[in-house]
Amino acid sequence: MSGMAKLVMNEEETMLADMARGFLDDACPVSKLREMRDAGVTSDAATWKEMADLGWAGVLVPEEAGGSDMGFAAANVIAHEMGKTLAVSPFISSAVIAATALRQVNDARALGALAKIASGDVTYALAVDEGIKFDPEGVQMEAKADGNGFRLNGKKQFVVDGASADRLLVLARTADGLTLFDIPADRVGVNCDASNMIDARDAARITFEDVEATGEDVLGAVDNAMDILKPAINAGQAALAAEMTGLSVGAFTMTVDYLKERKQFGVEIGRFQALQHRAAHLWCEIEVTSSAILNAGRKLDEDSSVAETAVSLAKARATQTAILAVQEGVQMHGGIGMTDAFDMGFYMKRARVSAEWLGDYSYHAEKIAAERGF
Amino acid sequence: MTVNPLDAFRAELRDWLAQNCPEEMRDGLMTEESICWGGKDWVFTSDAQRVWLERCAAKGYTVPTWPVAYGGAGLSRDQEKIFHEEMGRLDARSPLQSFGIWMLGPALLHFGTHEQKLQYLPPVARGEVRWCQGYSEPGAGSDLANVQTHGEDKGDHWLVNGQKIWTSYADKADWIFALVRTDREAPKHKCISFLLLDMKGGGVETRPIKMISGVSPFCETFFTDAKIPKEQIVGEVNRGWDVAKYLLTHEREMISGGGAGLSGGGRALGAVIKDTMDEMDATLRADAMRCEVNSLAIGLTLERYKDQAEAGQGAGDASAMLKYMGTELNKQRHELMMNAGGSDALEWDGPVGNRAGDWLRTKANSIEGGTSEVMLSIVSRRVLGLPG
Repeated sequence: MSGMAKLVMNEEETMLADMARGFLDDACPVSKLREMRDAGVTSDAATWKEMADLGWAGVLVPEEAGGSDMGFAAANVIAHEMGKTLAVSPFISSAVIAATALRQVNDARALGALAKIASGDVTYALAVDEGIKFDPEGVQMEAKADGNGFRLNGKKQFVVDGASADRLLVLARTADGLTLFDIPADRVGVNCDASNMIDARDAARITFEDVEATGEDVLGAVDNAMDILKPAINAGQAALAAEMTGLSVGAFTMTVDYLKERKQFGVEIGRFQALQHRAAHLWCEIEVTSSAILNAGRKLDEDSSVAETAVSLAKARATQTAILAVQEGVQMHGGIGMTDAFDMGFYMKRARVSAEWLGDYSYHAEKIAAERGF
Repeated sequence: MTVNPLDAFRAELRDWLAQNCPEEMRDGLMTEESICWGGKDWVFTSDAQRVWLERCAAKGYTVPTWPVAYGGAGLSRDQEKIFHEEMGRLDARSPLQSFGIWMLGPALLHFGTHEQKLQYLPPVARGEVRWCQGYSEPGAGSDLANVQTHGEDKGDHWLVNGQKIWTSYADKADWIFALVRTDREAPKHKCISFLLLDMKGGGVETRPIKMISGVSPFCETFFTDAKIPKEQIVGEVNRGWDVAKYLLTHEREMISGGGAGLSGGGRALGAVIKDTMDEMDATLRADAMRCEVNSLAIGLTLERYKDQAEAGQGAGDASAMLKYMGTELNKQRHELMMNAGGSDALEWDGPVGNRAGDWLRTKANSIEGGTSEVMLSIVSRRVLGLPG
């Protein structure tokens, strides 16, 4: 590699985006999400299998485990395209978070698990939240030492992709710290209660009643979950930020198209300066946020352990921008934007759910403030 | 083992800076009192300021990316990044600021002849000649192409008459580059020429305008039968609007850069405020956080646009976005600094220095170089393709 990493999409990334767009326009238009919502279905295993065949499930899995190993920036590119049409998949939970966590564990078992992620045969969900806000350090769920293993007792909520996941990454408190467990979702004592989410996607409340876990089920070292989990969460937050920015672009594009076609007072409403400036301001915000997304991918690929601030910046900006994009989207569409028959509502609901997942705006702004000395 | 040439460059530069940057120049200040503007009448505020300028000029570091032949150091984009990082690491002051560097340089490098570059650029790089910009007129603000200052063709020269306004530091400048109407009949974008005038060559008068900040950085500039030799034109006759538009892009990026406060080692506004207050209240802290998030992201966008330009994708009309976002942010930063300063900030040159003056100055940021509203109109029509 020559020179420093550039904040420009390179040729491979542009090709990946084009390819992803082509697939997603066919396989995952917003109408697909609508059909699923109407049918009460929250996950789509068949499409995930197709995505795995494209190498997406293994985007962060080493080639020796059958992955495509394209890196974090590439994962962001895929997530960004998925966001534009609100594709439903366990991409962030499985292909980004779980794969990054498992990759920190350098053993045969982890490699085996990575192979199953890459093939799309096994999906994961991350069970961290216990209260209404993301706070991994504050996890209270107990994993009490019991013989050679542990017994897990407690409750998790907002486990995204939790109802459909084959396995769960569970963060729990052990004697001297936090420990990350990798357990099958159907283990005795695990009770999953699917949440009825506003965005019609898979999330669950999960209770753990005397769930047995052995040393084999621990990822990384006991009492040291964060060594493994932090890079995984960083990668997940970055991909989520990219997905949210794709969502912003999707909502924005619909809105500008509408401004060009809707007529009032005998002219296209896009002629009115009040609306032009609202649209232009939104475009500026998206443009600035895109830089933070690109930067987070580059920083993760350089060294995922020091990318925290770059990732928090991406998630904070993506959250602000997505919330603005959907609000402006509804406002500029007028009444039709408020109807269920129109797609903007799907964007608004997904934006709100994504805003909360893996840390809200305040969570990430606080991280930045701490790093920047105040 | 081979040494990465960029690492080698960084090591060499770090060494040079350690040995050559005077201690007094290591406070990162960018205030009206600390800036070195250069020019024929420039009086250095300290010996250190003079030495720092001379040493940087000798290495081409006042204009690091300009070609060596024209007084620069010929640095690549990667080297330039490293240059700013290393300057920031030392909190080194910029050795020289000037409209010659920001505006005339890019115009001449892009549109000038080799002879013009050789004649005008090295004195700018050495801080020997100070330039100002003659764009706006009383009747040509947002509608800049409506300039009425006229240059009458007199064979070997133009006879220039008219008035400019908001000419920054015209009273201190040696030369001015100006938009002058050289054809009375043609449509307004096809009748303007970009001329270079010696302010001391006769026929030019300046009158400072006192601003709300209490100082007079802007002037009115009057041309009365000023004679401009024909070779003192950049680009073709009546095609000055192309040069002006190109330069406006530069100006917008420059003004937005000031807003992001990002030239390598910029400290967070929140950290600056924290130093000055016993306890930052929750609202101020939240505002400072929002400001920091936006400032970092806008800084990255400036970097991204530079990287894109290097990859051959010019920002073009999208630079209006940088200008709009950067200047609105800068105004917010200074509002917060005023909040943080409380009643101390309400005195001219009081306990917190010229904070009120700086705050008032920033109000011009979203007006000069194209208003925020003009920027949004550029984005909506030329980037988004909205009608009208």
